Amino acid sequence: MYLLILKRLLQAIPTLWVIATATFILMQLIPGGPFDIEKDIPEEVQALINAHYGLDLPRHEQYFRFLEQRLRGDFGPSYKYAGWDVDEIIAQSFPVSLELGLYALLVALTVGTPIGVLAALRHNRPSESVLMGFAMLGICLPAFVLGPILIMVFSMQLGWFNPFGWNTLGDRVLPVVTLGLFYAAYIARLARSGMLDVMRLDYIRTAHAKGLAQKAVVMRHALRTALYPVVAYLGPAVAGLISGSFVVETIFFIPGLGSFFVNSAFNRDSTMVMGTVLFYAVLILFFNLLVDLIQMWMNPRTRHDD
Amino acid sequence: MMTRLERELASTDARSLGRDAWEQLCANRMARIGGGLFIGIALLCLIGPFFVPHSHETTQLAYGAQAPSWTHWFGTDELGRDILVRTLIGGRISIGVGFAATMVALLIGVVYGMIAGYYGGRIEAAMMRFVDTLYALPFTIIVILLTVLLGRSILLIFLAIGAVEWLTMARIVRGQTKALRKQTFVDAAIVGGAPTRRILARHILPNLLSPVIVFTTLTIPAVILLESVISFLGLGVQPPTSSWGILINEGAVKLDIYPWMLIFPALFFSLTIFALNFVGDGLRDALDPKSMGES
Repeated sequence: MYLLILKRLLQAIPTLWVIATATFILMQLIPGGPFDIEKDIPEEVQALINAHYGLDLPRHEQYFRFLEQRLRGDFGPSYKYAGWDVDEIIAQSFPVSLELGLYALLVALTVGTPIGVLAALRHNRPSESVLMGFAMLGICLPAFVLGPILIMVFSMQLGWFNPFGWNTLGDRVLPVVTLGLFYAAYIARLARSGMLDVMRLDYIRTAHAKGLAQKAVVMRHALRTALYPVVAYLGPAVAGLISGSFVVETIFFIPGLGSFFVNSAFNRDSTMVMGTVLFYAVLILFFNLLVDLIQMWMNPRTRHDD
Repeated sequence: MMTRLERELASTDARSLGRDAWEQLCANRMARIGGGLFIGIALLCLIGPFFVPHSHETTQLAYGAQAPSWTHWFGTDELGRDILVRTLIGGRISIGVGFAATMVALLIGVVYGMIAGYYGGRIEAAMMRFVDTLYALPFTIIVILLTVLLGRSILLIFLAIGAVEWLTMARIVRGQTKALRKQTFVDAAIVGGAPTRRILARHILPNLLSPVIVFTTLTIPAVILLESVISFLGLGVQPPTSSWGILINEGAVKLDIYPWMLIFPALFFSLTIFALNFVGDGLRDALDPKSMGES
């Protein structure tokens, strides 16, 4: 167990190094520096700015400086938001994104799982089609379609929520639903097919045969096994929630890391883009490890794979 | 007089790759419905604009922001451009990018996966480690990075999308090729002196058909979605060229006053994704023996 964690952590190092190096090279290849927009400043000032950010050093020195900084957890100054370090921006905006993402994941699990399980238990009945029709709808309505529609209905027509912002608890409802619905739908589909597979197995028939009520069979015996695919999906889901938050944060004007990332891509704020990408990479690797551990805890058979 | 083997060979030869794929596609009801819907939308986008007496580019400020009417079925935007035509033209871009980028992904992924799976050993380990590394990040992040690097023209967008979508294809193809490599007919081909390229093209590739078809049909909607997300964020296709992502973005900004600007492009977009997912799911059910009997 601990050996596996250690092994995975060691595996993460080359991955992070490659990503860090790749982002560095990509940013170097971009024509034009981050300060080329301000054309009217004198050359001496330009040189001073470049010197301040270390842009006048030879490429390889910039690279080593870059790697050394990252190792210390220093992501360098933002080129666009003067006076701010990238880590400061991340520290301030990431909690917002994390809150949004966790709520969305919670909604996805608490809505998606029961729908999928119920649909499987009502297999080949009309109620199954209704439940899975909802799931299909969620999959075909991406965040950037659903978000504006929700604003149109619940903010403009009904006036229940603010159309944007992130101040009150009510402000969180629409973004969380927008981000979570797709995952709720996907989890419903996974839970349904997992449940269908399990209900065919012998040990479930045994449980029925010894006279257990349907509810007890499902809750105590079937559910745990049926939800393996859902747990396995949590890793990709976290990665998806991260990139989904770009869109949702843009639509609802939420000051999270996603909107900062999109803005910095606009402004070619290279330290900000590189820093954020690296941060996301660490985050995703961490969550994947976490999901693997949950899987091993739930399903003893996966413990001996590695 | 033909031997039994010869007859069998002759009968399998008569079915071309394309015909095989087509028959599998038609066999499934879900795939047929989804496919019909999608072909309808695609045809509408392709030839529809010729029949609408408005241009998607000409701005007529006098007719700005009109609600849907008999002259403008879907209404107009603030600059007086007809939303119907803009939606159809945007659909050409979105669907076009979807197919082109999928073809890029298909080509790279199949070749890469076949080589990795066929040769095995260190080559495979190195090749797949590279894929795993890129896999550590969500595709959207990589595509945004690439658009920052490459610029924002349509061609570069679809290259950037193709450059990430091949990863999954490569993984699937590698796994299948590894299994096929152990089959005796491959050994027979090697013993028969066939060059590696011929073995890959004539013996391995045809057997990869089903998983590749299924995955391709599921990749197209994923690519259309990815392009629209990037364009919606303003990092993709740039105006005056439009795609569904851009139209939905424009509509989302004005949704409180001109809701039709959002509704119609969003409807077309969602229907397309819906139809293509139907085709993909139907095909997967038809071709994957594991999921048979369900749904």
